Amino acid sequence: MKKLVMALAAGAAAIAYGAAPAAAQDKTKACWIYVGPIGDFGYSYQHHQGLLDVEEHFGDKVETAYLESVPEGADAERALERFARSGCDIIFATSFGFMDPVQKVAAKFPDIKFEHATGFKRDHPNVATFNSRFHEGRYVQGVIAAKMSEKGVAGYIASFPIPEVVMGINAFMLGAQSVNPDFQVKIVWANTWFDAGKEADAAKALLDQGVDIITQHTDSTAPLQVAADRGIKGFGQASDMIKFAPETQLTSIVDDWGPYYIERVQAVMDGTWEQQDVWGGMKDGHVVMAPYTNMPDDVKAAAEAIEAKIKDENFNPFTGPVYKQDGTLWLEEGQVAPDGEVLRMNFYIKGIDDKLPN
Amino acid sequence: MFAAVLVGAAFALLFGFLTLSLVTNQVATGLALTLLGLGVSGMIGEAFIGLPGVRMTPLVIPVLSDLPVVGRFLFAQAPLFYISILLVIGVSYFLFSTRAGLTLRSVGDNHDSAHALGIRVIAVRYAAVVFGGACAGLAGAYLSLVYTPQWIENMTAGRGWIALALVVFASWRPWRVLAGAYLFGAVSIGQLHAQVIGVSVPSQFLSALPYLATIAVLVLISRNRRLTMVNTPACLGRPFVPAR
Repeated sequence: MKKLVMALAAGAAAIAYGAAPAAAQDKTKACWIYVGPIGDFGYSYQHHQGLLDVEEHFGDKVETAYLESVPEGADAERALERFARSGCDIIFATSFGFMDPVQKVAAKFPDIKFEHATGFKRDHPNVATFNSRFHEGRYVQGVIAAKMSEKGVAGYIASFPIPEVVMGINAFMLGAQSVNPDFQVKIVWANTWFDAGKEADAAKALLDQGVDIITQHTDSTAPLQVAADRGIKGFGQASDMIKFAPETQLTSIVDDWGPYYIERVQAVMDGTWEQQDVWGGMKDGHVVMAPYTNMPDDVKAAAEAIEAKIKDENFNPFTGPVYKQDGTLWLEEGQVAPDGEVLRMNFYIKGIDDKLPN
Repeated sequence: MFAAVLVGAAFALLFGFLTLSLVTNQVATGLALTLLGLGVSGMIGEAFIGLPGVRMTPLVIPVLSDLPVVGRFLFAQAPLFYISILLVIGVSYFLFSTRAGLTLRSVGDNHDSAHALGIRVIAVRYAAVVFGGACAGLAGAYLSLVYTPQWIENMTAGRGWIALALVVFASWRPWRVLAGAYLFGAVSIGQLHAQVIGVSVPSQFLSALPYLATIAVLVLISRNRRLTMVNTPACLGRPFVPAR
């Protein structure tokens, strides 16, 4: 909060004194705007870790700045413009809702590079987009869940029925089915990204109904703590949550933006920056699994084998044969789902006994 | 926990000063303090984010907790659970069976008469507001110590607002507040259970259910206008400015 205020003040001061684009450019200035507080210990926290990686990698050659808790919409436009005027060379906008503001501001500042996370609009040559294939990690979790669960039923705390979440559920189930074709999943839609109390309630409801392993696509550590209370295993989300549940977390999908940020800041320094659309996965180092813990060695070995298959053999979790929930064939034997279809995914695969909310 | 009570009381004191002594608009002041509280807690709490919290261990009452079925629910809970029950008993006794409670109610029902009788209306209201704040602090402590043992910015996620509805729902009777609180709680947990069992109702609707239930109950109880009027403090929300 304090930093936000200071950064805002700095931005305002730069405008007030008419400080034109930074004069002596011996340092490259990289700037970030986050949708949440960096203390969310989830999404924005991980982006901030990426900023810290950039600082550590480049040392004095780079100057960084960030604004946290920037609302999506008109405020984002102002934040971006302030950054643009304060001499940033590259600006990372890290939430889907910053998409249109980025396009607008990018049009006004053609010399500044804009990087937008999770979006798809690249209206100007100075806008690039990036995202991560988190569902690769969910496939690995599915394999682990099917091996660890005695009852063969997992509980899944979901946030909103958008493609990102639906593809995660499907990837999780495909992983589980590769071990146990009859594996079941019970899904609770919490309709929130972040509400510790409600997530805890959802976890309790699932456990009361007899699931013996849980996973989540919401951002708080509460479900893991509930699992710990009940002596059940579970998975972390977005960051390594092991210290909240040292005897419960099996692994966690960690969003590691550092390598990408370093690569792109380097490109700006070298003058080789170009527009692109990156959907990086495990092999790019963008999706990292937290250490496999609290599981027998053979399960760990299986998880590592799948991780290696995704990394080294370019294995795509959505590889046929895959049937949709209603039994129709989606992917034929050996067919790999095109990224475009995965990004628009709005259906369950076969074996999920739940109705997808619209 | 005691810190939470003190902070709750301190905030209430500020609220009391603004609304009672400076006679500011109560609704606007309440909203402003809510926002202030969120901001201040975010600033102070920054250091606690991402740390596993302290857990308040359940107080298991021997013998009674071994009772079949009810034993575990009633006698193996965190200390705050017992405090909440004791509070209801205490408040109910205070309001309706003591002289001080009578004084408090008279201040709420007709501050002019109370003033004429020599009761210090403003002082009584200060005490009531501070007590309310302390209880709200206690509720917050339950959330971060028992429910989800950790601290995150805005972890209450607006839960406190339901207390406003609860008071109207219970028509200002402590025992009905207790019943109402458990009913609201059951509805919000029930929707999650319904999803797991596989009741095919849109989850958004289920999420909204506690609030819809509140509205439905409010409509129902307000049908009998006279009954509602009897229980509602007549001077609710009306500022008191003593005539000089």
